[in-house]
Amino acid sequence: MSILSTRKAEKIDSLAEGGTSLAMDALRRTFRSPVAILGLVIVGLFVILAIISPFIAPKDPYRPYPELKAELTPSNIPGPMPGFLLGSDQNGYDFFSRLLVGAQQTLFVGVFATLIGVAIGMIIGGLAGAFGGWVDSVLMRLTDIMLSVPSLLLAISIAALLPGSQWTVIIAVAMIGVPVFARLLRGAMIAQRSSDHVLAATALGVKRKTIVFRHMLPNSIGPVIVQATLTLATAIIDAAALSFLGLGDSDWRRAEWGLMLGNAQELLSVKPSLAFFPAIAIIVVALGFTLLGESMRESLDPKNRR
Amino acid sequence: MLRFTVRRLLQAVPTLFVLSILVFAWLRLLPGGPATALLGDKATPERVAAMNAVMGLDDPIVVQYFRFLGRILTGDFGNSLITGDPVMEEVSWAFPATLELSVAAMFLAVLFGIPMGYIAARFRGRFLDNATVVTTLVGVAVPVFFLGFLLKYVFTQEMSLLPPSGRQDVLIDSTRVTGIATLDGLLTGEFDATWDAMLHLILPAVALASIPFAVIVRITRASVLDVQGEDFVRTADSKGLTTQVVRKRHVLRNALLPVSTTIGLQTGLLMSGAVLTEKVFAWGGLGTLLEQAIQQRDYPRLQGLILLFAVVFVLVNLLVDISYAIIDPRVRVR
Repeated sequence: MSILSTRKAEKIDSLAEGGTSLAMDALRRTFRSPVAILGLVIVGLFVILAIISPFIAPKDPYRPYPELKAELTPSNIPGPMPGFLLGSDQNGYDFFSRLLVGAQQTLFVGVFATLIGVAIGMIIGGLAGAFGGWVDSVLMRLTDIMLSVPSLLLAISIAALLPGSQWTVIIAVAMIGVPVFARLLRGAMIAQRSSDHVLAATALGVKRKTIVFRHMLPNSIGPVIVQATLTLATAIIDAAALSFLGLGDSDWRRAEWGLMLGNAQELLSVKPSLAFFPAIAIIVVALGFTLLGESMRESLDPKNRR
Repeated sequence: MLRFTVRRLLQAVPTLFVLSILVFAWLRLLPGGPATALLGDKATPERVAAMNAVMGLDDPIVVQYFRFLGRILTGDFGNSLITGDPVMEEVSWAFPATLELSVAAMFLAVLFGIPMGYIAARFRGRFLDNATVVTTLVGVAVPVFFLGFLLKYVFTQEMSLLPPSGRQDVLIDSTRVTGIATLDGLLTGEFDATWDAMLHLILPAVALASIPFAVIVRITRASVLDVQGEDFVRTADSKGLTTQVVRKRHVLRNALLPVSTTIGLQTGLLMSGAVLTEKVFAWGGLGTLLEQAIQQRDYPRLQGLILLFAVVFVLVNLLVDISYAIIDPRVRVR
């Protein structure tokens, strides 16, 4: 590529960056809506809690306490008592501390399940969108097949093959997202391919690699980010569903909300709060990510650009 | 129309074919191979070798695959490890229960979802609209099985209004005709059985309906808003048609097109949700079979169920596509 064309390409790039880009505009509009702010506040608090919870938890979440164990029988799980805000869980551990620390483990599962799904999905979708032709056809058939299995069953069929560990849950849940992200990115990139700025770059003789990475990908990433935010919510719920079905983490000691909820299902008549608190935590966090994702989606929609 | 139908049918064939390869490969991906998995605790090297010989696992993989394909095409999915019965028999026995639950849930979701979505769109930006949108967002955030717990806790444990689990009271002596409990009672004239089955159906159906309901409300709302801005609605308005007619014939009818597709796509979610709901309410349908299969690592049953769910899902989407083409002629050309 000649120096001239590089300069021109750079000029075009800088032109594209000038003014208000759709992304910046969308971001600005997103945070004008109270719904988005509520979502952001919930997500923000959740992330902060996830980071600081091991330091603020009043008791050790991974150790049974004799005071709690003393009163623990199959038909009685101690409720709140001095020093133990929410009393005991079914194993004589401090329930309140486990709930706090649960934020961290839950965020871990949600984030990694989403990231792995995004990464694999983007590789598939990116290849399909960049190459087109038979690569596109083959890869999209593959995603069709993944989509032809109901999402939870896809996760079940993967989790049933692997030993029950936290990473099994993460991988199984991640696979649900793969075809979604692949199709989204591919669709956005194909729309980009016939757009004016890609046409201009092609006419200037910009290398295909540069076009894909500097023109098509950055402009296609918006819907993927929105979907990832929404997927974080469903990933946390799906991980809980796997635990509920007995396909979750086999380490019952781990304080993760989905696992705590799944393990509390037999104890509803003994101490319902063991199920209710983790469930409410999951619902609030899922709602936070959903509110944020939905309002981002709405403001990315050019129809709403004013 | 016929050409479109045939083309869509043909498109489903490769999907199902590759799916069968994946499901076949799936059992072979198990640690120790299928024989070890099938034998479970009883696996010894001699037994595994004997099992391999019996099952033809020593043959070339391609031969094995086509044998597998031949078997599943004739409806033979092998025998369940838990009961020893043919998987196909178990599935056809449990299927009506899941069908009853799913149809009831979808019925509730459509019955309440479409009007709510329409009303929300009509009052866009007002309190009613915002309340509806928030309700649907919460509806999606609540895990289905937790909603089931909650309903069970409130309506059976606290208020003792409805039966906690199962499909029919054990004391009710009903005749099985179709396996759909609410229908059987009507067919045989045992109305007390139908009434009892309905009472059992309410909570699981409400729990399962939550997500499709939320999705239908939101799609209906978005779709009505979309159609309201169309030129033909303005034209209809300006040529003096009454608001009633415009709303019914022009807005609602066109707005329901995307809704009908969504209903098809919801089938997958419905099946996922049914697995969880059935566990909460000990429903005894396909979800219960699946859950037992997971607990006991019953791989033949698991394989049969996964394949069955996928086939049903593909077929339902095929039907939706075809019905969509009937409603909207523009689709046929694509």
